[in-house]
Amino acid sequence: MSENVLSGLAEIVEEVAGVAADDVTADKSFVDDLDIDSLSMVEIAVQAEDKFGVKIPDDELANLKTVGDAVNYITSNK
Amino acid sequence: MTSGIEVVITGLGATTPLGGDVTSTWDALLAGKSGVGPMTHDWVEKYDLPVKIASQLVVDPTEVLPRVEARRLDRSEQVAIVASRQAWSDAGHDDDTVDRQRLAVIIGTGIGGAITLLTQDDILEQHGLRKVSPLTVPMLMPNGPAAHVGLELKAQAGVHAPVSACASGAEAIAWAYRMIMAGEADVIVAGGAEACITAIPVAGFSQARTMSTRNDEPEKASRPFDTGRDGFVLGEGAGVMVLERREFAEARGAKIYGRLAGIGTSADGYHITAPDPEGVGQSRAIAAALRSGGIDPSDVGHVNCHATSTPVGDVAETVAIRKAIGDHPVLTAPKGALGHLLGAAGAVEAIVTVLSIRDGIVPQTLNLENLDPAVTLDVVAGEPRKIKLEAAVNDSFGFGGHNVALAFTPA
Repeated sequence: MSENVLSGLAEIVEEVAGVAADDVTADKSFVDDLDIDSLSMVEIAVQAEDKFGVKIPDDELANLKTVGDAVNYITSNK
Repeated sequence: MTSGIEVVITGLGATTPLGGDVTSTWDALLAGKSGVGPMTHDWVEKYDLPVKIASQLVVDPTEVLPRVEARRLDRSEQVAIVASRQAWSDAGHDDDTVDRQRLAVIIGTGIGGAITLLTQDDILEQHGLRKVSPLTVPMLMPNGPAAHVGLELKAQAGVHAPVSACASGAEAIAWAYRMIMAGEADVIVAGGAEACITAIPVAGFSQARTMSTRNDEPEKASRPFDTGRDGFVLGEGAGVMVLERREFAEARGAKIYGRLAGIGTSADGYHITAPDPEGVGQSRAIAAALRSGGIDPSDVGHVNCHATSTPVGDVAETVAIRKAIGDHPVLTAPKGALGHLLGAAGAVEAIVTVLSIRDGIVPQTLNLENLDPAVTLDVVAGEPRKIKLEAAVNDSFGFGGHNVALAFTPA
């Protein structure tokens, strides 16, 4: 698990959805734990693409249920 | 009315160019303050717009709302949320007092999310599709203010958004009256919201030659009924009131500001922007409000006018008032101080009318120095006038020929 990616993603989640960055941990579900809706997920994905230089297609985005899923996807695709 | 149902007002909320809430707005209005000032946006110079003044909020909604909530809302939605929370709390509904299936929200807007539309269009042009916000549509849709307030309050009797230009806020209140009288709801949060001080509305209204260009004296630019008036001043803000079936309000021990005794609506069928100079449609709306409220015209002591400070409209309204009520009511035009809040105007001015009845005082028409000789009615100027009111009417009219009159009586 890349701590740099995790902390960078947490900053984006805080900016978009107002969740404190410290609460954005690998085991959290975006929808069930962090109360992030599908509209905000699109914003988070676009910002993550820019920040980490990855592509997150819609069908991949749908599979990123937890913060850990997203960190692993970004780490292995950037 | 034969139904035995009465509609009362139990809560008020507003954010306006005179203040961040109802009390500060009312106090500033009575103190003769103006909400109008220079616009500092870069687009004023960029496009060399002939209008360089506007009536802008004293308290920016982003100072009141949490950052993340604000970024998900168009400015018109932000002000609706701010005013609605005030009204809801003022009505004593913070505790769970209402069956949500008996609660409705009706908030109108004239323009809707113009700022969002233009901002996102710029983003699409400059940065491409990826950067366009997925929230664009819920932010720009004209039912957005109503929808967001409805969602927050979990209102399930209905959420509606009348769009009738500058009559929208008043039409929302009229709609609330009809719903309560029809037995469809016990409590309704109703009003108007507008925040479209941006390039295209200013350019468009300018091209229609409807706006004041008294740029060197902003605080004197909005001057309803004055011989020197040269158009309206664009404003922003929101006004919201909580209306309830009287029995419901009394059963829960709510304080009651006043009663919405009757409402009237009509359409001119005359011209897309110009009012009928004979005031026929407007007078029918006023007469209908009195009829539905069982109010004799002789009991109407005051009319809170729509008068926007345009040369034609102000006089036409007085013709309509004379037709429907007579020559005895005392008039005021709050837009002299507030500017024109478009779809929020009718709601904010309805609040002012309710307070005039409650406090027995009619605010002065700011900047009325030389009464247009075509106006032969008594318009309050200079300072507020104390007057005990048995009934007062609030007029609102909109581009498209929409006419709404609200008749208020004491609690």
